[in-house]
Amino acid sequence: MLDDRDRIFTNLYGQYDWGLKGALARGDWDGTAGIIARGREAIIEEMKASGLRGRGGAGFPTGMKWSFMPKVSDGRPAYLVVNADESEPGTCKDRDILRHDPHKLIEGCLLASFAMGAHVSYIYIRGEFYNEACNLQAAIDQAYEAGLIGPNAAGSGWDFELYLHRGAGAYICGEETALLESLEGKKGMPRLKPPFPAAVGLYGCPSTVNNVESIAVAPTILRRGAAWFSALGRPKNTGTKLFCISGHVNKPCNVEEELGIPLRELIDTYAGGVRGGWDNLLAVIPGGSSVPLLPKSICDTVLMDFDSLRDVKSGLGTAAVIVMDKSTDVISAIARLAHFYKHESCGQCTPCREGTGWMMRVMNRMVQGRAESAEIDLLEQVTRQIEGHTICALGDAAAWPIQGLIRHFRPVIEERIAAYVASGATGRLAPTPVNLPRAAE
Amino acid sequence: MISFELDGTAVEAASGETLWQVAQRRGIAIPHLCYAPQPGYRPDGNCRACMVEIAGERVLAPACLRRPTEGMKVSTQSDRAVFARRMVMELLVADQPPRAGAHDPDSEFWRWAERIDVTESRFPAARRWAPDTSHIAMSVNLDACIQCGLCVRACREVQVNDVIGMAYRNAAAKPVFDFDDPMGESTCVACGECVQACPTGALMPAALLDDAQQRIHYADRSVDSLCPYCGVGCQVTYHVKQDRILHVDGRDGPANRRRLCVKGRFGYDYVTHPHRLTVPLIRREGVPKRADDRVDPANPWTHFREASWEEALDRAGAGFARIRAAHGRGALAGFGSAKGSNEEAYLFQKLVRLGFGNNNVDHCTRLCHASSVAALMEGLNSGAVTAPFAAALDADVIFIIGANPSVNHPVAATFIKNAVKRGAKLIVADPRGQALSRLATHALRFTPGTDVALINALLHTIIAEGLYDRQYIEGYTEGFEALRERIAGFPPERMAEVCGVPAETLREVARLYATSRAAILFWGMGISQHVHGTDNARCLIALALITGQIGRTGTGLHPLRGQNNVQGASDAGLIPMVFPDYQPVDDPKVHAWFEAFWQAELDDRRGLTVVEIMRAVHAGTIRGMYVEGENPAMSDPDLNHARTALAELEHLVVQDLFLTETAFHADVVLPASAFAEKTGTFTNTDRRVQLARPVVPMPGDARQDWWIIQKIARRLGLEWNYAGPAEIFAEMAASMPALANITWERLEREGAVTYPVDAPDKPGNEIIFGSGFPTASGRARIVPADVAPPDELPDSDFDMVLSTGRVLEHWHTGSMTRRSVALDELEPEAIAFLAPRELARRGLHAGAMISVETRRGAIEIKIRADRDVAPNMIFIPFCYAEAAANLLTNPALDPVGKIPEFKFCAARIRPLASPLYHRS
Repeated sequence: MLDDRDRIFTNLYGQYDWGLKGALARGDWDGTAGIIARGREAIIEEMKASGLRGRGGAGFPTGMKWSFMPKVSDGRPAYLVVNADESEPGTCKDRDILRHDPHKLIEGCLLASFAMGAHVSYIYIRGEFYNEACNLQAAIDQAYEAGLIGPNAAGSGWDFELYLHRGAGAYICGEETALLESLEGKKGMPRLKPPFPAAVGLYGCPSTVNNVESIAVAPTILRRGAAWFSALGRPKNTGTKLFCISGHVNKPCNVEEELGIPLRELIDTYAGGVRGGWDNLLAVIPGGSSVPLLPKSICDTVLMDFDSLRDVKSGLGTAAVIVMDKSTDVISAIARLAHFYKHESCGQCTPCREGTGWMMRVMNRMVQGRAESAEIDLLEQVTRQIEGHTICALGDAAAWPIQGLIRHFRPVIEERIAAYVASGATGRLAPTPVNLPRAAE
Repeated sequence: MISFELDGTAVEAASGETLWQVAQRRGIAIPHLCYAPQPGYRPDGNCRACMVEIAGERVLAPACLRRPTEGMKVSTQSDRAVFARRMVMELLVADQPPRAGAHDPDSEFWRWAERIDVTESRFPAARRWAPDTSHIAMSVNLDACIQCGLCVRACREVQVNDVIGMAYRNAAAKPVFDFDDPMGESTCVACGECVQACPTGALMPAALLDDAQQRIHYADRSVDSLCPYCGVGCQVTYHVKQDRILHVDGRDGPANRRRLCVKGRFGYDYVTHPHRLTVPLIRREGVPKRADDRVDPANPWTHFREASWEEALDRAGAGFARIRAAHGRGALAGFGSAKGSNEEAYLFQKLVRLGFGNNNVDHCTRLCHASSVAALMEGLNSGAVTAPFAAALDADVIFIIGANPSVNHPVAATFIKNAVKRGAKLIVADPRGQALSRLATHALRFTPGTDVALINALLHTIIAEGLYDRQYIEGYTEGFEALRERIAGFPPERMAEVCGVPAETLREVARLYATSRAAILFWGMGISQHVHGTDNARCLIALALITGQIGRTGTGLHPLRGQNNVQGASDAGLIPMVFPDYQPVDDPKVHAWFEAFWQAELDDRRGLTVVEIMRAVHAGTIRGMYVEGENPAMSDPDLNHARTALAELEHLVVQDLFLTETAFHADVVLPASAFAEKTGTFTNTDRRVQLARPVVPMPGDARQDWWIIQKIARRLGLEWNYAGPAEIFAEMAASMPALANITWERLEREGAVTYPVDAPDKPGNEIIFGSGFPTASGRARIVPADVAPPDELPDSDFDMVLSTGRVLEHWHTGSMTRRSVALDELEPEAIAFLAPRELARRGLHAGAMISVETRRGAIEIKIRADRDVAPNMIFIPFCYAEAAANLLTNPALDPVGKIPEFKFCAARIRPLASPLYHRS
């Protein structure tokens, strides 16, 4: 269990002042100028040494990402863009940073921007986060007023401007290049890569897009040292992480813990255990809706970090742990996700636009059992054809949950089909088996 | 060069080449749907039909977009790549209407589906959209749409019309017009670029489909030729079924790069209009000629009777011979055509000079760019453009004055718009707003008729602020000191009062133009059609000369020529003052040369111009006329005067496609060949000589124009025996130094050659005058101009300003376009454009009928509200026979160019009782 003194987010639950006074009391903005005085290279090296991996889902080493930015400008400005478009189902960690500890993010923006030679940073916040945007903007204003950002930010000699931009409610705008398009005022459609944002990003200039959590933990890492951070967690999966535990648990919550904590310990310790006891567990989606679910047998022992979850063909993702007990219709649950991805597909590339719609329609039938056994293989095949063949990762994200379902619950699907045949139904059942709010249609 | 491995073979790629291009070059066909390997279309990589596998990469890469890097290993045929591509096709096929009932079973999409053998899908179809048949010329059937976005790129990036967008998201994403309006109700300008780009049949020419939106028409042959309309000179492919033109595609010509506009793409059907003349006509005995007489083109028999070619030609030729014998050689005149070929123009002027025995030959250049040509000849001793319009792509600043290219030269406008999107700065100066104003950094809406004041203010600023190019002026020009002295009297502050543009704006524009790395200047009829048209052009020439914005990449002077062959017809000598290639008739050396060349006695006095000829008819000095492919009864100013003259003629022979308003007064009407029926060379606004080929046969007993001219020549005692256009071209080229190194064979081989050409195997010079000018001194002459008012200013009786021009859909006098179903449907009736504010002030409203009156005439016409028109102005297109704008226009002439002032006269309007409804 993570020691309290190693916690980074000490106001995660908002008991204290989220404003500048509270932040200063928690140690934020302490010696910021001194950190900047160490220089770009030193900061990036420290970040690399900390082993911090991106907290947005992909887990790419943050320090290395910063190091891709050009060391010398070719005349174009560089930008840091913070992805605060937190929309992954099950995920609500950035939200608590934004509303309860915004100064961690703001200080992080300054330090990260300095490290990548950017004088301007944009925070792209999810449109639905209205109250969070209010708090964050107030915190930014406080920081400007206190001289912590703006010209000669925090007395460091570095000029730094920070802008908050509100999104308009599209999941796809959380994809980094769609986010850049949206920030430029265009329709949020992912760009083809290469070129990568570090070469051609916002307004055609070198840019780095980082998750809120990755940036918000940077000041603490730089203050307490890479050695401290990397001593937490497991090798290559260092440090602490915010976990969001939801679903069939007794006490859903957000909590900061070390990476590598056993899933069962995480749920039992912080979420009051699975509803009806551990043995009532059916499956867990360990990292937000995009990652394949894990059946109880794997959940018994799996550790919550990037590599351990990859080894069981799932992923840490955003560390949004969605718990499903035995009362869950697991086919229906995944069908609901299929609907989500169909709805949020931007429509730009064929496999995703056409494939998500088709997968949703098949999943809806499978919920009833109104399908052929052979269609399970066809479904699996289509998910494989979407994965890795789309412009952005939304196609992958739509494919994986279904792959997880087929991998671990194929007998359940087959049983459903058999039961449907046995019932003598003629395929004229109600057309919409998934119970959806009308607005989602 | 980049070395990499493609399907196990070591290959090399040029810098910038994509994997798809390298594969294509090596004969490996990779399917592609959203990628059009055509000029102007950027690969987008969205359809995923061209995915290939790259060793070491987790995901597949789109070949259309991905560029190889050194040592990359690419597999186009790996199982994973092939399977992924097939799955994409299968997903798309699922939602398509079955091929048997497809809108276009022959689409790119179905051809690829067939080629990779995925024409059926295991997936059920999703719900699709209903057809949109709201547009006369194009059908929208989005059930076949694959959301590839080619139409969006066509509309926004290639043609830059910004009508189509990809709206909504996920599987509901679809191309929409404006705010998801029906196409026919949107701001679509019907260029048809999207139709040409669409790979599925979701967007198609309506002419190919039946009522069930299924393709029933397929061409049985295709012919490469040109567009018959404007001076841009688009190359097109005509698709022909049973000797009728079915539909048209843009070809990759040097001028148009596969682009077309609504006229070129959908205005082809006039050639088969029932009004086409199919037999020679002779005026019935005893039918008098009256200036206000009208003949129904569908029923000419009220005034004419059918005649054999023999009889008609005899009558035509004998009439000329009789007048020549009785009244001397000065009593005849001829109008040639800027719509005919170079060969026809050459032959026609030769007929007038040899057969009529004078130089009274002119054509519509007199009504469009005569003043520009006069100024250019005077300044540079060259009447053509110094750079092609596509030079705008290389310019930093584009200055357009008195021209509306998105309406009158739509395809040229697309290149200007491309340049602006690329970052060039655009200055548009015109009393009327236009589509390009939206893209302009400076849109100067100056007071009509004050062009000289505006440009002089720019010249003043450039000289006063020392922004001129001293080195260029000293090296290549003369007359700068005189300009410097004269221009001192035109400070921006004073000129601002005249032209209505603030002095500071004038200064900004002057600085922008003068200091730019490369600036190009375009102008049109707004400059030339004034009594001070030559002065206007002189000022523009001075502007380019003192800043050195000429003779380099991205610079130059470009008067946008109107007719498809007005450049060529002028070059070929359809001008009263000059023989072919602008050689003065009154220069003894030139005169002697042509007498020897043609072996005939020639008149050494300048002939009369268009309006002068009409005046001479009234004066009784001209008694017979031969009008080939022109319509002065619609295009001349002060039509009552012109029509009276035509009616007064003792002998009028009209050679045309239709019974035009001019032909109403004819003694003999000869049915001629349409553009799509003839072989010939045509010279576009860029000095590009291009070859047109016959597409369809002539109707009935219509004949080739060159054949008719030759037959008449023979009846005037000329022993002509040309076998056809190639032979005429050879003789013409021998008399025109400009055409050196351009032969008929070369044109057949290359399709287009720009003059001047240095050698038979060298491409033409696109940008000329890089090192001096073809004048006696080798220097260009700067000629200053004074501010002069228009001829007829508004007063208390006639309180408004009338200006004339064109609309996108109609060509000149409308004889062709108003007989095109699609074009006439899009703009079906006569309209006058007025500012909404003016309408409100006068208690009028759009749709109401008014009478527009000037000192010369009156017409009744419907109002259209248009914010682009300045208050107190009326703009009327001159294409409407039922309300001919030229009944109103002022025939006052520019003293040098002899061009009438179509762009300015005093007028008044009077509301007419509307029979339909009243609004309180």
